[in-house]
Amino acid sequence: MSAVLSATGLGKKYGRKWALSDCSLEVPAGRVVGLVGPNGAGKSTFLNLAVGMLTPSAGGIEVLGASPTGRDARRSKVGFVGQDTPTYAGLSVADHLRLGAGLNPTWDAALAAGRIATLGLDPDQRAGRLSGGQRAQLALTLGLAKRPELLLLDEPVASLDPLARREFLQDLMEAVAEQEMSVVLSSHLVSDVERACDYLVVLVDSRVQVAGDIDHLLATHYRLTGPRRDNDTIPGDQHVLAASHTDRQSTYLVRTESPILDPAWDVTDLTLEDLVLAYMRGAPGVTARPTLEALR
Amino acid sequence: MIWLTWRQFRASAVVLLGSVAAAVALLALTGHQVAALSRSSGEGFFDLFGADRAKSTIFYASTIVVYVLPSVVGIFWGAPMVARELEAGTSRLVWSQSITRTRWLATKLGVAGVGAAAVGLFGLALTWWCGPLDDAVAKGYHGTGLFGQPRLWPAQFGSRGIMPIGMAVLALVIGVALGLVIRRALPAMAATLVAVVAVQVVLPMAVQAHLLPMKELTTQLAEDNITEVRAQGEPQRATDPIVEKVEISIAQPEAWITSNITLDPSGKAVTTYPTWFSDCVTGPDATEAEHAAARACFARLADEGYRQKVDYLPGSSFWRLQLVETGLLLLLAGLLTGFCFWRVRRDLF
Repeated sequence: MSAVLSATGLGKKYGRKWALSDCSLEVPAGRVVGLVGPNGAGKSTFLNLAVGMLTPSAGGIEVLGASPTGRDARRSKVGFVGQDTPTYAGLSVADHLRLGAGLNPTWDAALAAGRIATLGLDPDQRAGRLSGGQRAQLALTLGLAKRPELLLLDEPVASLDPLARREFLQDLMEAVAEQEMSVVLSSHLVSDVERACDYLVVLVDSRVQVAGDIDHLLATHYRLTGPRRDNDTIPGDQHVLAASHTDRQSTYLVRTESPILDPAWDVTDLTLEDLVLAYMRGAPGVTARPTLEALR
Repeated sequence: MIWLTWRQFRASAVVLLGSVAAAVALLALTGHQVAALSRSSGEGFFDLFGADRAKSTIFYASTIVVYVLPSVVGIFWGAPMVARELEAGTSRLVWSQSITRTRWLATKLGVAGVGAAAVGLFGLALTWWCGPLDDAVAKGYHGTGLFGQPRLWPAQFGSRGIMPIGMAVLALVIGVALGLVIRRALPAMAATLVAVVAVQVVLPMAVQAHLLPMKELTTQLAEDNITEVRAQGEPQRATDPIVEKVEISIAQPEAWITSNITLDPSGKAVTTYPTWFSDCVTGPDATEAEHAAARACFARLADEGYRQKVDYLPGSSFWRLQLVETGLLLLLAGLLTGFCFWRVRRDLF
């Protein structure tokens, strides 16, 4: 499994505050990766570093085997849809396509025109008069039509209403199915990731808490409910994420590769949301250190 | 990239370049009238020009416009160039396309730079229009008002020749650089106005006189070359006024005089003139006796070793100074451009 994106000890400092520190992460090729974490976890900073908008303060990052800010950066092979899906308010939809065609050697004009037609956008409409959902779709079209090997999306649906959100992600999934590319999508909502992604990275306080195939993660995490027991009675191959106790009962969230055999437990599967929340709560230092929302 | 730059730039470019073109057309249409007036009026040209409302208004308005245009270029083309992209977040859209930020900025600066230079051409149009005025100054005609002053004069010099081109290009780059530093369009526009005006004030007042070596002329004071005597006290009173400064004219009406001082016998600049100096000063309705006294006074000045020293730049240096000063402006613009390229490659949000 080759990595399209790999970060080692990556850090970014704004003034004296670290927006991202000591982040090591490998993103495998051919996956749709959901990058989730609370606001201020460093998701946006991470993606901006990956696309070369920012330069690292510490550590390094390689995208498609090259530094994103270097001389041989893979600019034409990395698509990026920035936060709030920026477009030029004064330019028409057609102008945006012309912009994309002029600035990208690998531009797929047929794909772009086809998407605009499918979406029902008027090419003469100014981007400033499009709805939020349409604007996001236009920004996505620009990202897709350059035919990238890797598409990075920074909270693309954060400002959209639930319907537009669903349509956007649906559309993204269809595009991914048609084009061979890897995708990294950041969101602070697990439901977005659940709908669109097959690989999950949980980033809390700039550290990767868990990364892996979503199906595999769901298959190896369990909620155990049973008579009250202490932590040290849990077998060593069951990694405890969270534990809560009442007078008579204990509830554990555990990760294990082997089946749960103890008959005293009532074993249930976790939802992805439960899983993410468990990792977010369990992260060390989450409350100890103030988090900084990534500056834009 | 050129297409995108033009697409973003064209609305303001059409307005500004269109206005400048209209102003140039106005100069082109009225230029021959100035020449005709000059031919028909002879020595009274400046008086007639000053009395001609339309022509003098065109002169003053055009001069003001030439001085204002660089600020307009800096404020509306320069400052928002990067700052507005950063503000709207569109920098993240355009910088994630396949071209580098360096090429993006180079194209934008290139297109806007050509536009700024075109705006600055208005200075050349004004220079052509003012040709008869400058000729009249060269002939030694006297005139009141700015239009009667030599074109080397600081107030005239900046509105003539190729200086406005250099100033417009520099103002553009000042705007871009401040936009990159401040990162918000409106404050960057305000700062650009301040910076451009500062350059326009400092340059003629503190720099212009040091760009070319001045010529020096030392001569005797005489009744017919004194142009100005500044004195304290009341001239009609019996008590002698205290003379503070005496200036003379030189036989070069086109020259720009930067220093005009009296030297005492030891060669130092005079701060207090001898008390009998007031005899040298005669009014327009002076009697023959007063003229005789003045002649004696000037002879005594010469005998005692008083001389007048004048530093000046001859009228023939006009284009040389234009080249040097415009070169200086473009050099500054080049340095700032270097800064812009350095800055745009670094983190901007």
